Amino acid sequence: MSGTNTTAESSFTPVTYDPQYILMVNDLKKYFPIKGGMMSRTVGHVKAVDGVTFNLKRGSTMGLVGESGCGKTTTGRTILRLSGEKTGGQVLFNGKEVYDFSAKEMRDMRTKMQIIFQDPFSSLSPRLPVGEIIGEAVREHGLVSKGEFEDYIDQVMDNCGLQPFHKDRYPHEFSGGQRQRICIARALALNPEFVVCDEPVSALDVSIQAQIINLLKDLQEQYKLTYLFISHDLSVVEHISDTVGVMYLGNLVEYGETKDIFKNPLHPYTKALFSAIPIPDPDAKMNRIVLEGSIPSPANPPTGCKFHTRCANCMAKCKEVAPEQKEIEPGHYVVCHLYDDK
Amino acid sequence: MRNYIIKRILLSILILFSVTFIIYAILRCLPASYVETMAMQLAAAPGAKPYEEWISQLNASYGLDKGILAGYFIWLGDFATGNFGDSWKFTVPVIEKFNDVIWLSFVMGAISFVLQLVIAIPLGIIAATKQYSKADYVITASALVGISLPTFFFATLLKLVFAVKLQWFDVSGLVGRNYAQLDSWGQFMDKANHLVLPIVTLVIISIGSLMRYTRTNMLEVLNSDYIRTARAKGLSEHKVVYKHAFRNTLIPLVTIVGGSLPGLFSGALITETIFSIPGIGFTSYQAMVIGDIPFSMFYMTFLAVLTLAGNLISDILYAVVDPRVRIA
Repeated sequence: MSGTNTTAESSFTPVTYDPQYILMVNDLKKYFPIKGGMMSRTVGHVKAVDGVTFNLKRGSTMGLVGESGCGKTTTGRTILRLSGEKTGGQVLFNGKEVYDFSAKEMRDMRTKMQIIFQDPFSSLSPRLPVGEIIGEAVREHGLVSKGEFEDYIDQVMDNCGLQPFHKDRYPHEFSGGQRQRICIARALALNPEFVVCDEPVSALDVSIQAQIINLLKDLQEQYKLTYLFISHDLSVVEHISDTVGVMYLGNLVEYGETKDIFKNPLHPYTKALFSAIPIPDPDAKMNRIVLEGSIPSPANPPTGCKFHTRCANCMAKCKEVAPEQKEIEPGHYVVCHLYDDK
Repeated sequence: MRNYIIKRILLSILILFSVTFIIYAILRCLPASYVETMAMQLAAAPGAKPYEEWISQLNASYGLDKGILAGYFIWLGDFATGNFGDSWKFTVPVIEKFNDVIWLSFVMGAISFVLQLVIAIPLGIIAATKQYSKADYVITASALVGISLPTFFFATLLKLVFAVKLQWFDVSGLVGRNYAQLDSWGQFMDKANHLVLPIVTLVIISIGSLMRYTRTNMLEVLNSDYIRTARAKGLSEHKVVYKHAFRNTLIPLVTIVGGSLPGLFSGALITETIFSIPGIGFTSYQAMVIGDIPFSMFYMTFLAVLTLAGNLISDILYAVVDPRVRIA
């Protein structure tokens, strides 16, 4: 691998804006440099996101699943321009390239695109009271007039299941579920159109998970939100998503309607992933597909299809040529050589 | 909170007992005995009493004929009733000499402390927000130089450059040779002029650690999740750094800064000695080398009280700045 090559080859074809999509992600890449040696030279790159393409319809929810370290979180953050500059590709939000905004424009755009972080314990500033955490950005962006400010914050908190008297308390006085409600209220106070939910329930226990998921669904209806729902919990994703993308090592390997993907998974990785979903029946025979080996390093991914080292259906071609994204049935895309002649 | 403070003060008094006892025992065991030196001088005079007679007489009059334990309790009894004794070296009451010299040390300490805060904290913030930039490398490297320089070496270097070569300042002392002829403003400026080099020494020597401390803590906070939250809110970079990040950096900073406040009174032994500034550091150094037990005891006890007060202040400040800490 040529280590000094810092710019990704711009091989992607630019997409044109289609107004039915709030978000269009085209061949998005995000590499993190690996510094090493005496002079801290860049000796390689971690290809956290390596060419992700999908479109997100207004008011819908897309689930993004994959195992730990596959680049789900980085994808979410890169879309929101929260982890520095992208390495390549396009992110069109309402038809405008997110990375073309000036710092000032970007700050204004932040009200439209929000994020709920995975860990409700570390993502709230410990020295600000909850009312300030939720209201600060509302005031900074001047979203409501001074007179309505307090009422507005009370309203947002009420919608998220928080009491007005919680405003003066500090985050450490709340339980995990309540803290995630604070995170949600904070994001929604800005009246966004699009919210990245970065594993919003994985730090919570199961009974609270259901409450938060249902809260997110209710709020989606109320505010007409679009979600990008990142999770490794397949049952949660099935419950909340309209479409699902499956990620492996920085790539989207399969992408389509939730019911299509769950009924008819095409990619060998998706099949293996879904075979791990527990069936609530002790007599049911589980056909678990166990993947051999561990996930390769994203700093030095395998050639050809990145999944070939662990794939049960690996062919000679897979080791040489990287497969292209193909539409197998309407709206159901897969990146795999098995479907080359279909 | 009140109960906590009372408990802490009671505990501090207990610690103080042990500390003063240990110091007293060490002072009594030191080879530089004031009484022995004096007895030798007196016995050397022509026609004088022999050394043994002198020493037993002096021991009795200075209260050294009693054992360490008994001597300690006598000292403690006097101390508790506010009788700090007379200094053997300076032949004035300890408290009088102390009062003469402490304020000079305090002024020096306070000025260098403020300068240190004003310089080190902003530099630390700059180094952290621009991590791995040229500015960061320059600041971190100079901090390392500042930390590594021994006080006596750096002070001597300053003297060589600014006092001997450039002759901007006098080499040592608090006042110039024509001090007596100056009017009060001139006298003030003369003293200020003599304090420049000692203060520069104190600031440069101590700036490095506070700056690095600020940088480390700031970096830790800047990489935390809630800073990402603040950025996701669309706040300006200024708000992110100063409202969200710096506020959380204040918690460890206030603790360390608050804890060093009582240290303002402790004087700077090496710096004061090198520049012959008659502050508490220099004075206590003189008292200690000659074996002046009353003055040394007073100064050491004073330092112990300051240290204990510093710890208490930093713990209380911790609760004040960090809403998560509530002392029951």
